[in-house]
Amino acid sequence: MNSLILRTASRFLLILLFQFSIFLLLRGHNDPGGGFVGGLVLAAALTLYAIAYDVRSMRRFLPCRAQTIIAWGLLAAAVSGVFSMFKGQPFMTGQWTHVYIFGVDLHLGTPLLFDIGVYLTVVGVVLIVIISLAEEVEEDD
Amino acid sequence: MNSLIVLPILLPLLVGAACVVAWRYVAAQRILTLAGSIVYLAVSVVLLERVASEGIQAVQKGDWIAPFGITLVADMFSAAMVATTGVVTLVIVVYSLGSMDRPREAWGYYPLFNILIMGVSGAFLTGDIFNLFVWFEVLLISSFVLLALGGERAQLEGAIKYVTLNLVASAFFLAAVGILYAMAGSLNMADLSQRLGSAADPGLVTTLAVLFLVAFGIKGAIFPLFFWLPASYHTPPVAVSAIFGGLLTKVGVYALIRVFTLLFLNNVDYTHTIILWVGAITMVTGVLGAVAQYEFRRLLSFHIVSQIGYMVMGLGFFTPLAMAGTVFFIVHNIFVKTNLFLVSGVSHRIHGTYDLKKLGGLYRAHPWVGMLFLLSALSLAGVPPLSGFFGKLVLVKAGLGIEQFVVVAAALGVSLLTLFSMTKIWAEAFWKPLPEGTETHAPGAGMGPMLGGIVTLAVLAVVMGVAAGPLFVLAQQAGEQLTNPAPYIEAVLRVRGGS
Repeated sequence: MNSLILRTASRFLLILLFQFSIFLLLRGHNDPGGGFVGGLVLAAALTLYAIAYDVRSMRRFLPCRAQTIIAWGLLAAAVSGVFSMFKGQPFMTGQWTHVYIFGVDLHLGTPLLFDIGVYLTVVGVVLIVIISLAEEVEEDD
Repeated sequence: MNSLIVLPILLPLLVGAACVVAWRYVAAQRILTLAGSIVYLAVSVVLLERVASEGIQAVQKGDWIAPFGITLVADMFSAAMVATTGVVTLVIVVYSLGSMDRPREAWGYYPLFNILIMGVSGAFLTGDIFNLFVWFEVLLISSFVLLALGGERAQLEGAIKYVTLNLVASAFFLAAVGILYAMAGSLNMADLSQRLGSAADPGLVTTLAVLFLVAFGIKGAIFPLFFWLPASYHTPPVAVSAIFGGLLTKVGVYALIRVFTLLFLNNVDYTHTIILWVGAITMVTGVLGAVAQYEFRRLLSFHIVSQIGYMVMGLGFFTPLAMAGTVFFIVHNIFVKTNLFLVSGVSHRIHGTYDLKKLGGLYRAHPWVGMLFLLSALSLAGVPPLSGFFGKLVLVKAGLGIEQFVVVAAALGVSLLTLFSMTKIWAEAFWKPLPEGTETHAPGAGMGPMLGGIVTLAVLAVVMGVAAGPLFVLAQQAGEQLTNPAPYIEAVLRVRGGS
């Protein structure tokens, strides 16, 4: 789509929405949010960028193929469940630890890793769908 | 140490995801998948041993206590199915290394295969009916892609029928689970088993039972819902055909048996009589369909349907002996059926066709392939001392024990027709001289792994026959657990997390 307003806006929105998606991801365990919603927001931001420009320029933001993002997501989610098994607890039992950084008490645990896995998987899946559909259209043009 | 139960699900997931990461490096995917399937087999054998010696194993995922969390349960039947999956997986992976074509390998054959195995293991191990639905979806979606991967015309035609019918089945399944939850307020199968026993409305429970029968009947290919199977199973590459024909339909049968031995026991006279007769008709129609076929894999596909009939018949008898026979028969059938498909792949490799009329002279040119086929074929027909004989013997004995003479007679007749079909393949593909005009290829480099897989399964068919006694002790254990749900319920509801 050739719209100056959309192109300019989408560049700012991409950054804002990316931050928002991280915010959603991190607050997810205790409040509404989480990896799924966060992933959708980031994927939507990238999709908006792809609509404003084209799929090829959107792809520059991806570190690797969308399939690979899904794979890392699945690995992260699967591995998050393994930690508890080393302690003799059932698969996927949440493991928590406290980390003090800059005087802040961070309550970190394996559910966060699981959420990051979901986040990556959702981003990957949506992008695969969008890229496949959009490239088909762009080839037709 | 109950993490053992999780491993058959976790391992294929990790290997599958790692294969996607290594997307461009097919050699790495091959090594990963091979290593993964060896570890899987080891884990599944240890699990089987554990269940045999210590009884039913259960674990609550995430330490959420049953019936609120998702329980994974391994009773003898589940453990036997997982161990069988382990063997077949390893054989198919080895066979694929020799037979799968480069484009399919490059387009994700190995990741899909691993995810398929994850779905199968999940379905065998879950103790939660909705979770069972999820695992079914996992294995179906990867099987959809495996079936269509390559995009040949026949494949796409087969895939459309397969996908449509299986989605209909999934819709039935989901609807049934929804009604079940609305009625009983639980999804944990052990918990449901207790609640349904004292349900306020027995009529509704029976209706639900039939809804499940339809859903799993489509997935397991029983009469009159089997027609998608012979229409699609002969289209993909033979390694995929073999895993579908050997393993996937049995997941439907597994679910059928699980549900009708654990949940729906209110009206056994009604439901299990339907199951018994459906089983008998499935046997007969399957084998009669096979008689008319002259395509190697289509013929075998009709026999899948026929063999499913035996398993469903065993469920219909519903005595400890019959259930033990059913379990034994399922395991035997997975090995043998997979192997017959694998042999058809060898004939295709040599002569470039699956058409029995164009094949010929295989015994003269490759006597060993002929012997391997004969072992599996005779075992399928039930010739002693091979594995199929004992499976059928026990089923027939169980049937005679409760005086179901008509069904038993049908089962014996079907055996004879099976032998006839197998003789037809033998006469056409192996015995008669090679017809004019059929090309012959040099077997090529992949033949070693292909034959390795076939030999393994043929040996197992013999071993299951020769060592039928000790193995049948395990099957009897499974049969007793299936006809008496109390230990299963106790194992699930008593288990507490932590250590």
